[in-house]
Amino acid sequence: MIPGVELKGVSKTYGEGATEVHALHGVDLRVMPGELVAVMGASGSGKSTLLTIAGTLEDPTSGTVTVAGTDVAGLSRNDRARLRRQAIGYVFQDFNLLAGLSVVENVSLPLELDGVSLSKARTVSLEALERMGVADHASRFPDQLSGGERQRVAVARAVVGKRDLLLADEPTGALDSVNGESVMRMLRAACQDGVAGVVVTHDAQLASWAHRVVFIRDGLIVDQTRPQATAETLLAQEDSA
Amino acid sequence: MSVRHALLALLTEGPKFGFRLREEFEQRTGDVWPLNVGQVYTTLQRLERDGLVESASEEGDSPQKDYAITDEGLREVHEWLRTPPAAIPPRDDLVIKVLVAVGMPGVDLPEVLQSHRRRLVELMQTYTRLKEDTPDDVRVALVVDAEIFRLDALIRWVDSAHARVNAMPPAAVSEPATGKATTGTVAVER
Repeated sequence: MIPGVELKGVSKTYGEGATEVHALHGVDLRVMPGELVAVMGASGSGKSTLLTIAGTLEDPTSGTVTVAGTDVAGLSRNDRARLRRQAIGYVFQDFNLLAGLSVVENVSLPLELDGVSLSKARTVSLEALERMGVADHASRFPDQLSGGERQRVAVARAVVGKRDLLLADEPTGALDSVNGESVMRMLRAACQDGVAGVVVTHDAQLASWAHRVVFIRDGLIVDQTRPQATAETLLAQEDSA
Repeated sequence: MSVRHALLALLTEGPKFGFRLREEFEQRTGDVWPLNVGQVYTTLQRLERDGLVESASEEGDSPQKDYAITDEGLREVHEWLRTPPAAIPPRDDLVIKVLVAVGMPGVDLPEVLQSHRRRLVELMQTYTRLKEDTPDDVRVALVVDAEIFRLDALIRWVDSAHARVNAMPPAAVSEPATGKATTGTVAVER
């Protein structure tokens, strides 16, 4: 199986000389289809840089990035833009929906840009909205939706079509805990359908929806969670009267 | 968790057998508090002794006795529902371990903190999985949320302890004598 994304020895340095900042130091990370990985770290730990590099929005100073088997470094600007449209879905904290487009237009836009016919793009988008439980709002505009509904639309847009990689930066940051939970439930379900997912966060509750949590500190991956005990073994302790 | 008061609360719905009480207790607590039937009968006997329930059957010690709540029991259960739980003294095991580690030479404190952070997140993953597997069970969600919020509080405390250790004056911080290398590693010596 080809990894959805693979970072090998990725480093990123901003500035030069006295103002040099090392955001990432030799990061290795591989995420397989079907797996949701949370990258957890404090502000300034390098987690957002890791996500923008994995999403090909930024180049590493050294190391390689492969998305769905394609080495990003060898791509032209146009090819890279196409890879982003076709293979990668993004979910941001502030939703990033286009205010002038309806919900279904927001979701179908990346498909239309790729030359998918209008009617086909609409059908596929409605299916994605249906899965996120917001198909009823298809003809509304983003400012007519609640925060939780907007984020569901953003997740639908990120998973529409056949994506290989789903990237999310603090996707529940603006939501209350129940709405945040339903967004994470959907991200996890989307990954279980065969997409590789990476979510970066400082929030343990959000991270706990991931199959694996990777801890980043000062630009370095320092630790990760191991497979867990079953809940039954935790809960099967008798209480006394 | 007071099994005594929870059983009393179940009896406010009408008289019940011990076996049925056990089943309902487990159901209502999202199946996360297994009880054995002996425990239920011992508790019922004590409640009867204290005048909070009475057995409706005349057949002596038959386990098939119906228990009913008394007026006194009803007053007790309503008072219990509104009584805040006993305050927990600030003696959390994790806090104690970290306090001890701060005073120990050669201890890689960030590494100690990270090992606890990882374990707490793993536990949280396990509980989240339970919630994921039972999306429509509000009782499981309530029990699991309580545990997740408790773990979240500990993880936040570990994060803040980490930040405090990093902000300690250089005189109190030096490289560890031994220990695994992790970025930002500091050891605290006295």
